[in-house]
Amino acid sequence: MNEKTKKRTGTVIVYIVCIVIGVTMLVPFLWMISTSLKTQYDAVKVPPVWIPSAPQWDNYVKLFTDQPMLKFLLNTVKIVLIVILGQLFFSSLCAYAFARIPFKGRNAFFLLYIGTLMVPGQVTMIPTYLIFGRLNLTDTHIPLILPAFFSAFGVFLLRQFFMSLPRELEESAEIDGCNPFQIYYKIMLPLIKPAVMTLTVFTLMNTWNDYLGPLIYLSTPEKYTMTLGIAYFKGTYTTQWNMMMAGAVISVIPILTVYLFGQKYFVEGIAFSGIKG
Amino acid sequence: MKKLESRKSKWGYLFILPNFLGLLCFTLIPILMSLFFSFTNYDVISQMSFIGVENYGNLFADRRFISALLNTLYFCVLTVPAGVVLSLLLAVLLNRRIRGISIFRTMVFIPVITSMVAVSLVWSMLYEDNAGLLNSMLQSIGLPRVRWLTDTSTAMISIAIMSVWKGLGYNMTIFLAGLQGVPPELYEAARIDGANGVHCFFKITLPSISPTIYFVTLMSLISGLQTFDQISIMTNGGPIDSTRTVAMYLYDYGFKFYKMGYACAAAYVLFLLVFVVSLIQNRASHRFVES
Repeated sequence: MNEKTKKRTGTVIVYIVCIVIGVTMLVPFLWMISTSLKTQYDAVKVPPVWIPSAPQWDNYVKLFTDQPMLKFLLNTVKIVLIVILGQLFFSSLCAYAFARIPFKGRNAFFLLYIGTLMVPGQVTMIPTYLIFGRLNLTDTHIPLILPAFFSAFGVFLLRQFFMSLPRELEESAEIDGCNPFQIYYKIMLPLIKPAVMTLTVFTLMNTWNDYLGPLIYLSTPEKYTMTLGIAYFKGTYTTQWNMMMAGAVISVIPILTVYLFGQKYFVEGIAFSGIKG
Repeated sequence: MKKLESRKSKWGYLFILPNFLGLLCFTLIPILMSLFFSFTNYDVISQMSFIGVENYGNLFADRRFISALLNTLYFCVLTVPAGVVLSLLLAVLLNRRIRGISIFRTMVFIPVITSMVAVSLVWSMLYEDNAGLLNSMLQSIGLPRVRWLTDTSTAMISIAIMSVWKGLGYNMTIFLAGLQGVPPELYEAARIDGANGVHCFFKITLPSISPTIYFVTLMSLISGLQTFDQISIMTNGGPIDSTRTVAMYLYDYGFKFYKMGYACAAAYVLFLLVFVVSLIQNRASHRFVES
């Protein structure tokens, strides 16, 4: 066997292994879609059928007519959008100061931020709940939105990007008479667009998929988010796997769509979280 | 010049102020409140009084808490090594420039972006005793069925398998970033010296990315210690508490029984655990990681 054929067989083997792994990873999703299109009876049929004889598109319609599915969707979209905007504003402003404006105690403040990254959410969960309870804000979306504005991870990520920008830009803007807020807003912020995108998709993913927060705070089904909504289906649909899976499919489609368009930023966000180690 | 500096530093404080107030209200103060509550009998209804370390004593006297602690550690033992090794192998496999490789990476990554709730529902169905896909497959090749989620000895393992599957893409992505930092000349030189793939992996790849391996292990361990979502959906701690983790235990006490003081003590035990793990890991990494 010469070098070239050897290399080619190697590549073929790699492809076969990749395909086997890739398909295995996707089986649960394929099964989810398949089940969502079955009748209740077919969903529990033994042996299982992969392709339903008559796809029940009606299952999806029923979710929207019999359940507040549209509400779940809109609630989640609303929360996600507000959290992203708020977090971008508060994190970038703070990150810029940490990166570029010298002030007394800056390092101590920054260490405090890094320190909080290590604290498990369970520690702050109960007091935060009590605070919002005292303010009569439980069973609203505010406890899911407000604390999320102040992300230590966001500050950390954006600071790193601000630090990599050349100083000349600020210096010339300063000579032109810009104040630090104008420099931050007009010059520096547009330059870290990739980092902003990375933080956006990262926050989108975490907020869209959050379960514990909505579980603790929300009690009225009309206020549920997508994750809490489909978890709640497990109680209402007990054995109707087809309906539960249709709900799961709907919850996955939006985030999957964003992922397919912004894949690069998802990967960068996660790779970045690896760099800080 | 001095005046300019101090004017600038005022802007610095102004810029961090909004974010810092948020951090103060929703992170720093709650951390202290939680610590304070953990020494009280706070339960929303009755008069709050200071009871010293009684909550901590009661926690460790409660067989269910000890079992939750052991279950949590068991979950970490099941998921962390398997997750790290498998995702590293996947990263090495997918770290090559061949046509279509990004499609395979995407396939591995899809579970990461999906919510734990959605995948837990799907896997509950796959694991179903009678009509589940896994048992149907086992039966069709003549093997006995497994009571994946309904047997105390298999439930945690089943949840661990699902969790490893879900996290593979996340770890793989971090490893891929690490692998990209290994200079290709190292491999070329080794090839010329006649080293094969396995040699290269152990002699070049592994030592070069050992900081990444430590980081991924640490992160997996920390998130493993806080496992909640999948268990809450798939088994709700059962059967007979065999999958109840510390996070579930403290959720029950805090939000079902409203024993907030007690739950805060449990949260601090978890915090301590996470802290100790990061300390040990830090020590170990200084000793073993080649940089």
